[in-house]
Amino acid sequence: MKRLKYILHRLLWSVFVLFGLSILIFCIARVIPGDAATMALGTRATEEAKELYREQNHLNEPIPVQYVYWLKSAVQGDFGQSTQTRRAVSSDVAEFLPATLELILFAAILEIVGGLLLGVLCARYAGSWFDNLIRVVSYVGISVPAFVWAILFMLTFSFLIPILPTIGRISAGITVPPVTGFLLIDSLIAGNFQAFGDVLKHLIMPGTALALAGIAQSARITRGSMLENVEKDYVGSEIASGMPLRRVYARYILRPAASPTVAIIALDIAAMLGNAFLVEVIYSYPGISKYGINAILNKDLNAIVAVVLVIGVTFLIVNILVDIISSVLDPRIRA
Amino acid sequence: MEDRNGNVEAEERRKKRQARTENLKRKWYQFSRNKMSVVGLVIVVLIILAAVFQSLIAPYPQHAKEYVDFANANKAPCAQFLLGTDAYGRDVLSRIIFSFRNALMMGLGVLCVAVPVGVIMGLIAGYYKDKIGSTVIMRVVDIFLSLPSLVLALAVAALLEPNLFHSMMALTFSWWAWYARLVYGKASSIRKEYYIQSAELIGAGRFHILFREVLPNCFSTILTKMTLDMGVVILMGASLSFVGLGEQPPNPALGTMISDGYKTLPENWWLTLFPALAIMLIVLAFNLLGDGISDMMSSGEG
Repeated sequence: MKRLKYILHRLLWSVFVLFGLSILIFCIARVIPGDAATMALGTRATEEAKELYREQNHLNEPIPVQYVYWLKSAVQGDFGQSTQTRRAVSSDVAEFLPATLELILFAAILEIVGGLLLGVLCARYAGSWFDNLIRVVSYVGISVPAFVWAILFMLTFSFLIPILPTIGRISAGITVPPVTGFLLIDSLIAGNFQAFGDVLKHLIMPGTALALAGIAQSARITRGSMLENVEKDYVGSEIASGMPLRRVYARYILRPAASPTVAIIALDIAAMLGNAFLVEVIYSYPGISKYGINAILNKDLNAIVAVVLVIGVTFLIVNILVDIISSVLDPRIRA
Repeated sequence: MEDRNGNVEAEERRKKRQARTENLKRKWYQFSRNKMSVVGLVIVVLIILAAVFQSLIAPYPQHAKEYVDFANANKAPCAQFLLGTDAYGRDVLSRIIFSFRNALMMGLGVLCVAVPVGVIMGLIAGYYKDKIGSTVIMRVVDIFLSLPSLVLALAVAALLEPNLFHSMMALTFSWWAWYARLVYGKASSIRKEYYIQSAELIGAGRFHILFREVLPNCFSTILTKMTLDMGVVILMGASLSFVGLGEQPPNPALGTMISDGYKTLPENWWLTLFPALAIMLIVLAFNLLGDGISDMMSSGEG
């Protein structure tokens, strides 16, 4: 009951933040760039055409009124037309978002599995050569931006030892019937394991490039908080009472240590969402971030606003999920 | 009598000086206990020196601007051009050295604006925690932090004319909120301490309490975050210039060099690899330095 109340409270709060975020983005998009009509129609458009555009898009009204108009259609999923693809922004987003979500999810899973595993091993064998090696490696991992990893991987695994595909999401010639938009799931539904393997191969390099910094960071944090717990009295008494070491580690050392790791993962996913903008460009991965970069370079206002908003929503959802997971892991948080 | 007084004063001054040097020595010990922090410090100093004396150090200073030498275009690393040359025949090493100044300026410029703004917001919101103003400030902070900083910076930079100054503005815009939240936490936790209560009782002004009582107690937290952030801001700056939203060509920027270079992979690998390593080196150095400073601050205040 208490947990439900906590989750409900978080949800209400997110709606408020989302509302604020939409105001912030709207203000950025309408106040900074100057004349929106010129940007949409180009500098060579006639004055009449621009005036018509302003009239149609309520650009002559004061900003707060414009916001209400914009919000009304945004709630209905209408973000206007994209000037680069000449299609509705919402259908562009629907097409490109699943690819990015798939990539981020893949990277997040890599981070959780890799980070926890390395952290546990380092804590278990603290002070050994393995621990020291991982410490040095994780230092480098944190210091190198994802797009540099992306390029280094590309050099190594596509050119030096060509074992992984360089660009895109799926090889040309392989198709899967779209159901969810997540190609991994779609190919499983279709029972096409060749496609599944192909998609997975395309995900390995961008996913690892995005996840590496997070793996290093969460490994370090897991190791640190596990070592703190090792010194606790109750751990000593469990070991003394003859409980198997493996069980002590799993239940009394790892579980309380996991919640700081989970908290850091929320921040890392934020970083991934940002870094995806560069990594997707490097690998020509057809996701929403690559779409967003094209929108940015072409000053496609409607698309920029929609992409930023969608990423904000994604990040909010991630935050809520992480809060729920940490409240399950560590009941003290709900107090 | 006067003479003796003078002696006592001199004695006290001497003692104070001695205490200060001892304190410095202890700080240095705490900092240098981890050898990696010293390595970080040395690299940071070298990078700053390279940025200051760029035209003396760089082998071909004229290559940092518009310069064309097609005879030497796309040369692999050799004795004449240690890190090779780009498509215009410009020395990559020289261009990397010339990009350090902008990278450092980027970090300093962003932090110099974002930190004071964020700190003042956080101080006010933290100290007046029960007031409505505090709630308003922190809700706005929450909204700013609900977007990944790189995404917010990209969105702002996208709508401005692309240049170094605007990319700094965009990063500042998305950076201050982190400091507001950091200082808010610290300030709201110490606002009921005895020394603050006694300052209030004596009748100290708001400015005195905020800046002379609360702020100094947040210093170590802020400074630690700042050194760690230098690397992150430089990295974000490189990310912005990678997509073409930073310093414009022909001026050298690490991000632009990488984005130009990776299109010619795998043949001209040196165009990408060396600027990438340069970014790696800068960020790593600032991270090591930041860890050292945090060691120095955390073990024993003062």
